[in-house]
Amino acid sequence: MFNKLEEIALEERGKAEQYTHTINVCTAAGCASSQSDAVKEALENEVRNHGVEKWCRVRGTGCMGLCAAGPLVAVEPEKPDEVLYQYVKVEDAGDIVASLEDKPVERLRCSTDIPFFTRQKKIALENSGYIDPESIEEYIARDGYSALMKAITEMAPSDVIDEIVASGLRGRGGGGYPTGLKWTTVAKSDGDTKYIICNADEGDPGAFMDRSVLESDPHRVLEGMAIAGYAVGASQGYVYVRGEYPLAVARLKTAIRQARRANMLGSGIGGTLFNFHIDIRLGAGAFVCGEETALIASIEGKRGQPRPRPPYPAEFGLWGKPTLINNVETLSSIAPIIRNGGDWYAQIGTATSKGTKVFALAGSINNTGLIEVPMGTTINDIIYEIGGGVSGGGQCKAIQTGGPSGGCIPADYFDTPVDYESLAKLGSIMGSGGMIVMDESSSMVDVARFFMEFCMTESCGRCVPCRVGTVHMYNILDKFSHHEATPRDLVLLEKLCDMVRNTSLCGLGQTAPNPVLSTLRYFRNEYVEHMVTETNGSGPVTKQMEVAQ
Amino acid sequence: MKRPFKTRIKTLKIDGIDVGAREDETILELAQENGIFIPTLCHLEGVHDVGSCRLCLVEVKGSNKLFPSCMTYAEEGMEVITNSERLQTYRRQVLDLLFSERNHVCAVCVSNGNCELQWMAGKLGITHVGVPYLYPQLAVDASHPYYAHDPNRCILCTRCVRVCDEIEGAHTWDVMGRGVDCQIISDLNEPWGLAESCTRCGKCVQVCPTGALFTKGKAVAEMKKRHEFLPYLRSMREGRNE
Amino acid sequence: MISRNEKIEPPSDDKRWRIVQATMQRNGFTRDGLIETLHTVQQSFGFLDDDSLRYVAASLNAPLSQVYGVSTFYHLFSLKPAGRNTCVVCMGTACYIKGAPSLLEQIENEYGLSRGETTEDGHLSLMTARCLGSCGLAPVAVINGHIAGKLNAEEALQRLQALQEVENVQQA
Ligand SMILES: Cc1cc2nc3c(=O)[nH]c(=O)nc-3n(C[C@H](O)[C@H](O)[C@H](O)COP(=O)(O)O)c2cc1C
Ligand code: SF4
Ligand code: SF4
Ligand code: FES
Ligand code: FES
Repeated sequence: MFNKLEEIALEERGKAEQYTHTINVCTAAGCASSQSDAVKEALENEVRNHGVEKWCRVRGTGCMGLCAAGPLVAVEPEKPDEVLYQYVKVEDAGDIVASLEDKPVERLRCSTDIPFFTRQKKIALENSGYIDPESIEEYIARDGYSALMKAITEMAPSDVIDEIVASGLRGRGGGGYPTGLKWTTVAKSDGDTKYIICNADEGDPGAFMDRSVLESDPHRVLEGMAIAGYAVGASQGYVYVRGEYPLAVARLKTAIRQARRANMLGSGIGGTLFNFHIDIRLGAGAFVCGEETALIASIEGKRGQPRPRPPYPAEFGLWGKPTLINNVETLSSIAPIIRNGGDWYAQIGTATSKGTKVFALAGSINNTGLIEVPMGTTINDIIYEIGGGVSGGGQCKAIQTGGPSGGCIPADYFDTPVDYESLAKLGSIMGSGGMIVMDESSSMVDVARFFMEFCMTESCGRCVPCRVGTVHMYNILDKFSHHEATPRDLVLLEKLCDMVRNTSLCGLGQTAPNPVLSTLRYFRNEYVEHMVTETNGSGPVTKQMEVAQ
Repeated sequence: MKRPFKTRIKTLKIDGIDVGAREDETILELAQENGIFIPTLCHLEGVHDVGSCRLCLVEVKGSNKLFPSCMTYAEEGMEVITNSERLQTYRRQVLDLLFSERNHVCAVCVSNGNCELQWMAGKLGITHVGVPYLYPQLAVDASHPYYAHDPNRCILCTRCVRVCDEIEGAHTWDVMGRGVDCQIISDLNEPWGLAESCTRCGKCVQVCPTGALFTKGKAVAEMKKRHEFLPYLRSMREGRNE
Repeated sequence: MISRNEKIEPPSDDKRWRIVQATMQRNGFTRDGLIETLHTVQQSFGFLDDDSLRYVAASLNAPLSQVYGVSTFYHLFSLKPAGRNTCVVCMGTACYIKGAPSLLEQIENEYGLSRGETTEDGHLSLMTARCLGSCGLAPVAVINGHIAGKLNAEEALQRLQALQEVENVQQA
């Protein structure tokens, strides 16, 4: 069976060798919204017009990372010297094809020597942009499913878990819980039936890492889930995908079908006795369903409301059975770890945060897009080196990480290395990987209000502090942004923050005050400036005095 | 050889008092057994707990987190504090939020004097509400022949939902919407009187802690509620199912 | 059990009910399949009306209030039909920072609508979304399924105006 994988890989690589040139067109969400489909079609036509289809092929691939400069087209002649073109239009197709035997088209060229490409280290995204996401053969040709075969034919389940523990991998869904420990708990939980859930409900409004992985390299997630299933003793998995991601769902469906046909999913995988099935469940527009107990309720067909933990899903999860819930990116890192060993992974990153992390760069930054960097890279490097600095020539004021559960980090702290502990110390969190850059024109009070509005409308309504507290906090922040707030409002706001954070039932409520608390911590003066000014006998005084006490 | 594992008795401390517990007993049950008062609103003996009102939160030594005592089980060596300064402040804030959320005008309420929310406010020493009122506009539903539903007094404890589903088996009630827009509804959000699933048993009315569900024809302060029947019904039912 | 539920008659002989039935069948006519089923109804009919909720509830043996509760919890389900054209403005973080609020406001003013509403003549529904995953192109809107990135208010209004013209031509 192992041989069959190699056969496919060999055949696929052989097929690729027929072509001296491959033109890759990014067809992931970012580029697709700037009409990369039309560009792909135009390129296909031109290849035919020029009569070069014998040695040149056009492929749609996943995300190449630099979404802001889309549509992106990469020409692979003899690897690794590929030529990357940016802002490609339909009219450019002729020139690109004509240039294949000549010099690259300079006017479209995007240098791949820039830090944006050289400073990245791709593990979870290793295939993104290099394979056709709808072809299992191309995935296999790049060592796909070899980790699964290695696990189920050469390793005991406990060996698999040992590798994950050794890798030091921590959950990429936000919490940073050690993945190996979670797997161990589920493996040890009593019960014949266990489930694996892939959390693809990416709810942070401003993050698109998971979407990109699902759209660019869906098999990697399936392989990670199957390995997890083998390790903890589960034979059924669910991918819970955001309903807003139709392309990701379509690609996942295709991938599941292909994997089943290739016997990499289903019964008797790869000729062994291991069975593993995967089904898709669609979210329906509720941020709170990213919370694991709410997600489970949603898969069970109920209102997506969280319940108190413990018991944790690892013991009492889907339909009361032990359930392993991991994020898309976490599961995407599994196959490389099994292929190369946990120690290999543990060499990357910092003492407590191992490996690489994918970030979605957006906001006022030149290179918006997806990046993957080793843990411990400083914020400065991410913003100014990789990100190419602030767009519009402005000054960077702060970055926001962790979305509605996270906080703002002011520019003074940009020499901080990005890892779980350092970000927490600054009052933010790693979160799932959204990183929004804000320039001088952004008002921090407004940002806090934006996130509070988000939490207020996304609160499930089960527990009192979050259901009602977020409304009051939002109302107060709204007063601030209209310059109508008084010092008493500030006092009340801080009281409510403390109460909601400590008494809410689930993570949504517990972290909803974070954007307020972090902006209060670093930009308190902006709040004060946003208060009403009142006159007393001696002229206008701000209420700053009272606040200071 | 593995040690045989049996249900063991756990010993723990609640407010400094040593208590012995089975592992399936909650902190709330243990406190009540030992005469320690923990405020609750969403808890209702006889139906499953949801941990949503957050009044019963307690501190456990060694943890920064607060635990809902109605859903937290006894563990060996736990040291529980039920009534610290911090907890009292949070509990008063919870009540503040509840009062501000809807339109609680006790003076004209059928449950005046018999309302659990009102009683709790007195017990926890609330003299005024510390947050602005939200004043939502909500209509009273008096379509039912025997009972009425006034959402202005609802605290969304979902006792009615649970008793109707778990004890009566009718599941007339549920919650619609999300966040602060949540509301209790019958069937397809239709007038209660038209809800086919309602058996008119009135259990929801009896368990509602406030005047949100009441018997028609009662004047101000006349509505007294009784829900002692629940644990009895539950045990009868469980006995029968065995 | 399955055969009993299969006997429940759909509200009409519309063929689309077969698709709904197939979804319920795939989930063994259990309540677990409620959200999947509602997705199918929403996709097939564009919205969930009382008849369809009653039918789904009866087929899955689920209480009516539970079905209603679930339908109103999730934002992708809608109990009202959408307009003939839809415009979804992204209000995710990246788009917010890049000016989505003023974009939205200008569309709202132009059409006298608030987000989540449909014009009286059913021409246009204006909606908001939380991140469409194209943050690199912020601000983003989706007009009748087509993503438009790096959008300013003028451009957005032009595109919407074009829809109106198409409709005028069709009616003429
Ligand atoms: C309100 C809330 C929203 C969340 N949203 C997500 C999400 O969109 N995606 C995700 O992977 N995890 C999300 N999480 C975290 C999950 O609950 C869970 O911790 C995670 O999926 C575990 O996977 P990991 O260990 O691989 O990180 C959310 C948590 C909370 C409290
Ligand atoms: S904290 Fe908010 S989202 Fe979480 S259970 Fe409470 S109301 Fe629901
Ligand atoms: S109607 Fe009464 S019992 Fe039902 S949720 Fe409201 S307050 Fe609770
Ligand atoms: S009684 Fe425990 S949370 Fe309400
Ligand atoms: S914030 Fe608008 S697409 Fe992500």
